[in-house]
Amino acid sequence: MARKISMKQAINEALDQEMARDPTVIMMGEDIVGGAGGNGEMDAWGGVLGVTKGLYAKHGDRLLDTPLSESAYIGAAIGAAACGMRPVAELMFVDFMGVCFDQIFNQAAKFKYMFGGKAETPVVIRAMCGGGFRAAAQHSQMLTPLFTHIPGLKVVCPSTPYDTKGLLVQSIRDNDPVIFLEHKNLYGLEGEVPEGLYTIPFGEAHVVREGKTASIVTYGMMVHRSLEAAAALAKDGIECEVIDLRTLSPLDIDTVLDSVTKTGHLVCVDEANPRCSIACDVSAQVAQRAFGALKGPIEMVTAPHAPVPFSPVLEDAYIPGALQIAAAVKRTLAGGRH
Amino acid sequence: MSAGITPIVMPKWGLSMQEGTVVSWLVEEGARIAVGTPILEVETDKIANAVEAPDPGTLRRKVAQAGEVLPVKALLGVMAEASVSDADIAAYVSAYVVPAAAEGDEEAAPAYAYAEVDGIRVRYARRGPESGVPVLFLHGFGGDLDNWLFNLDAVAEVAPVIALDLPGHGQSDIRLPGASIDALAGFVVHFLDQQGVGRVHLVGHSMGGAIAARIALSEPQRVATVTLVNPAGLGEEIDAGYVQGFVHAQSRRELKPVLEMLFADPGLVSRQLVDDVLKYKRLDGVEALLGQLAEAVFPDGRQAQLVARGLSGTEAPLRVVWGREDRIIPAAHAAHAPAGARVTVLEGAGHMAMMEKAGEFNALLKEHIAG
Repeated sequence: MARKISMKQAINEALDQEMARDPTVIMMGEDIVGGAGGNGEMDAWGGVLGVTKGLYAKHGDRLLDTPLSESAYIGAAIGAAACGMRPVAELMFVDFMGVCFDQIFNQAAKFKYMFGGKAETPVVIRAMCGGGFRAAAQHSQMLTPLFTHIPGLKVVCPSTPYDTKGLLVQSIRDNDPVIFLEHKNLYGLEGEVPEGLYTIPFGEAHVVREGKTASIVTYGMMVHRSLEAAAALAKDGIECEVIDLRTLSPLDIDTVLDSVTKTGHLVCVDEANPRCSIACDVSAQVAQRAFGALKGPIEMVTAPHAPVPFSPVLEDAYIPGALQIAAAVKRTLAGGRH
Repeated sequence: MSAGITPIVMPKWGLSMQEGTVVSWLVEEGARIAVGTPILEVETDKIANAVEAPDPGTLRRKVAQAGEVLPVKALLGVMAEASVSDADIAAYVSAYVVPAAAEGDEEAAPAYAYAEVDGIRVRYARRGPESGVPVLFLHGFGGDLDNWLFNLDAVAEVAPVIALDLPGHGQSDIRLPGASIDALAGFVVHFLDQQGVGRVHLVGHSMGGAIAARIALSEPQRVATVTLVNPAGLGEEIDAGYVQGFVHAQSRRELKPVLEMLFADPGLVSRQLVDDVLKYKRLDGVEALLGQLAEAVFPDGRQAQLVARGLSGTEAPLRVVWGREDRIIPAAHAAHAPAGARVTVLEGAGHMAMMEKAGEFNALLKEHIAG
């Protein structure tokens, strides 16, 4: 049996082993070392939640603590990538992407295109995403759709420790800019992870649970909520197939189409806000390419079109849960009349 | 256990199995059942197989219904002789308690262990009685010890069993002692030395068959018997498309049709089986290692060495078992087995005959090692 480690440890291990393997891998971020430049203990923090703790002791100044200026260090990471390094920049919360968005969407994402395919930008930008952390509207968003919208960026949002390590290693080795989004509420989730290095290719969804009655298509923390719903529905004889997209760009729409062709029913579950979301994108592609297979309306379960509330009671109601997902499955099975 | 009553319980196929789905019953209540008769079909997330009778008897009661998902050791049915009353059977069924979860067992006796041999760390499993000549199971190219998941426990009832992940395979280090049958055979001999195993029964599947044959030739004094399952080393042909497909498949879509070639019934290749093989193949270095090994052992789509043909000169009794519908190494190679070998070709089985016809294979193997 492979040993079990948490998602947080899986991220740390992927970074550690890739830094040991490839001297061009460097890290930048706010407090990813912590204590550097002061009189305190070096390597005290390892990032806001301790994900990079211990890496400074092993890899020294290849980890750079940066000033609180996202536009500066994200730009620096992209520039270093253009010059042959493989930087991993940690943005803490994805919600801060706004202040450095030009560097990401108008520079990194465009270099290959603007320079006739001759420029490569192998940068990874890691950030925490998602709600349920009691961190309020400015630290809780699921902004996957913003990045998925932009050609030239690859977008990853894993749901398990195994996928996290394999996809992060793939992200570091990939020659394009990758936005790697880590759901902060999954950091403690444990699972079996091989000790050695391995990669999971982009654009391959994972069928987490097989079923023939309805297809639930999702990613990130919603994979676990969807599995809860599927387990509850199975008691009523409703067998749901649960598909974890794993990467949103590129998107494995073929696995989704195969599943919907089999089940005839689609429920898209997305923690993002509803307008122009991953749920909308998948729904539209299925409606366009597998309309004939559908036996009921496509259902979407998303957060409401509102900021994430700070009140714990409201936040819990805001994030889609297993009951809503199960109800959506029953609605499409009832032809939308439920 | 009540007198005269034999419970049929959910089997545990492999360490990770915790529950199984009852697919269908294959016999009716009242039917006479011989040892090894398939009674009902059970599906796990890895593979489907038939549950077979441990003892002869009459099926008196089907407890589990088709479609039910039940934990390992749950009561599926009851066998008993006619002398046992219906009331006794009803009492037995209602009193049956599923034994406590295997979690504690795993703590007490870990199913897998690791050993370092010639600087390479390998995973292995040892089970069964303390005494007796052990049976060593050698898997094939790209396989691992879980290829024997239907065989180890059955054989462990009569003899100690040892199975290992060969170097570069399963959860062993991704390194080879050398890219050849000889180098792998030498490694296995060193592994046996380190385990303190002297005499041994050898069982080899596919490429593992060629390794077993090489050991039998180089160390005849320690080999009690040899059993070769769909082995390499008896003829030149091997499906080059399979070997290349297995080595180079990158995605589930590419790998699934390749794995389906292994079975007479391609429906046995579950999503979980494909995912498990992909997990192994995606480890750094595995593709290059398998490519190197394939190039050395099966160059230009042919088998380089017909090592098993040399077994005619050895004294260890030889049994050859083949699946008739083997699409990787043709069952016709069984005709090249040395004189004196006992050859059985199993109908309805492909390259993984020991999985697809586990009951028949286990019976043949147990008979062979019993002498």
